[in-house]
Amino acid sequence: MKQKYERPTIKKMNTGLMNKFGTRTDFDPVKEIEGVTVKSLVEQYGSPVFVLSEKQIRRNYQSAVRSFKTRYPKVQFAWSYKTNYLNAVCKIFHQEGSWAEVVSGFEYHKALGNGVSGNQIIFNGPDKKEADLILAIENHSLIHIDHFDELYLLICICDNLNKKAKVAIRVNFDTGVYPIWDRFGFNYENGQAWTAINKITSTINLELVGLHCHIGTFMLSTSAYSIASTKLCTLAKRCKVELQNPIQYLDLGGGFPSTNTLKGAYLPGVDTVPSVEDFAEAITNTILNFGFTPDELPLLILESGRVLIDDAGYLFGSVIANKRLSDGRRATIMDFGINILFTSNWYDHKISPAQESSQYTEETVLFGPLCMNIDVVRESINLPLLETGDQVVVHKVGAYNMTQWMQFINMRPAVVLIDQNGQSHQIRKPETLEYLEMMEEIPKHLKS
Amino acid sequence: MKLKSNIATSENGFIFNPATGDSFTSNGIAAEILAYMKLAESEQEIKKRIIDKYEVEPSQLERDWDDYMLQLKEANLLDL
Ligand SMILES: Cc1ncc(COP(=O)(O)O)c(C=O)c1O
Repeated sequence: MKQKYERPTIKKMNTGLMNKFGTRTDFDPVKEIEGVTVKSLVEQYGSPVFVLSEKQIRRNYQSAVRSFKTRYPKVQFAWSYKTNYLNAVCKIFHQEGSWAEVVSGFEYHKALGNGVSGNQIIFNGPDKKEADLILAIENHSLIHIDHFDELYLLICICDNLNKKAKVAIRVNFDTGVYPIWDRFGFNYENGQAWTAINKITSTINLELVGLHCHIGTFMLSTSAYSIASTKLCTLAKRCKVELQNPIQYLDLGGGFPSTNTLKGAYLPGVDTVPSVEDFAEAITNTILNFGFTPDELPLLILESGRVLIDDAGYLFGSVIANKRLSDGRRATIMDFGINILFTSNWYDHKISPAQESSQYTEETVLFGPLCMNIDVVRESINLPLLETGDQVVVHKVGAYNMTQWMQFINMRPAVVLIDQNGQSHQIRKPETLEYLEMMEEIPKHLKS
Repeated sequence: MKLKSNIATSENGFIFNPATGDSFTSNGIAAEILAYMKLAESEQEIKKRIIDKYEVEPSQLERDWDDYMLQLKEANLLDL
């Protein structure tokens, strides 16, 4: 019997500092997800392939809801469609009781198609078309106004239809986290928000039911949410006292971080990011102590995206080739790159080998398959020696990748859902040339 | 392909270059090849030993060999 081979390689040792993060577990192979082997999924659906765990999605949702409901009497989550709007995914959240949060006409239609009733759709964003607004008014959806032009358009539409719209405004403010996302909504500090509120409450066809903010994404500060809550509560109180318009809900938006590690961060995300519990504590404490009477307490809405799904998503991929760069660094070319892993722009994604390997590791650059220089998945990662055809598992890719992916050079791959019984289901087919060309038309003079 | 004469190697794969102060770790096969090189075995002899002992296609070893020599050169461990 011959022995198992591994290509010969050496690694320079850095004297002095020990490598803090090169823990052995990082290199432990991940051969299966929820009891289904990587190998079998790749055989069945191809490589690369996105894999989502239904169990983990539900676990995340239930745990986030629990964090808030154990602290506050009236809580509602609304699934942020842009985070991952595959219908199967949305339906899991809706089954769990989540409303829908959408930011475009097509997302709005998707929510309706997924069976969400109109009055449980929150319509956000700066780009709502007139036709979308009409539909939203007729369906009694919650329209979150972003700017004055939209406010005036809405007043005009309501007059024409002679119908009332349920609205909120998106408010932006200084929460101590910079830059301030002041391009969305009405500013609090300069009085713009209050002006908009006055305009709305003096318009017969607009009913001001809520106040909304979304202060940023991957927020690492719970105190920013305390400040945001205080400012929304202050506005709500003024609406009640000065305008006799009680506010029914406060929508604190999304922004809670997943446990991914941000690029350039010194410590891994798992060890540093605050938990949903921490954010829940900050938000609910502020609202409960603000001085509302019990029957005045507004419904608390959350539009969390990434924290609910990032760690339920995996990307399986394969090694195309190994090479050595001019400066001697090792490079590994994978069959996935920034085309489908958009979040590699922000995160140092954890990547595990999917098969047994020796104890030996090497530092390598992970490139994607595109013919462009920026297609780098990890600038530097320690991995066991990978060979052509070997598989890897990229962790925590459930948020934003399956919506921001692009069809460039390669088609988008299949997405598979593993249900709670360990059965796999293809929830999006791999794209084909036929699909790609479906929208193209050839002018007559170029035919034949 | 000759290893610099002053390079120290240990059985568990530790390599030390006293001239530069650099130290390296190597995996099993890399250490084994270095040991043969120290014994002044020829490239062909070493390759044959590896092929006889391990599950590897000659063509694969050929590629990995070239890459390994490049690494040793980069690391300043070869007498050129
Ligand atoms: C208005 C709004 N709500 C919610 C979200 C979800 O954010 P996150 O994924 O950071 O929770 C976003 C995302 O940018 C958003 O723009």
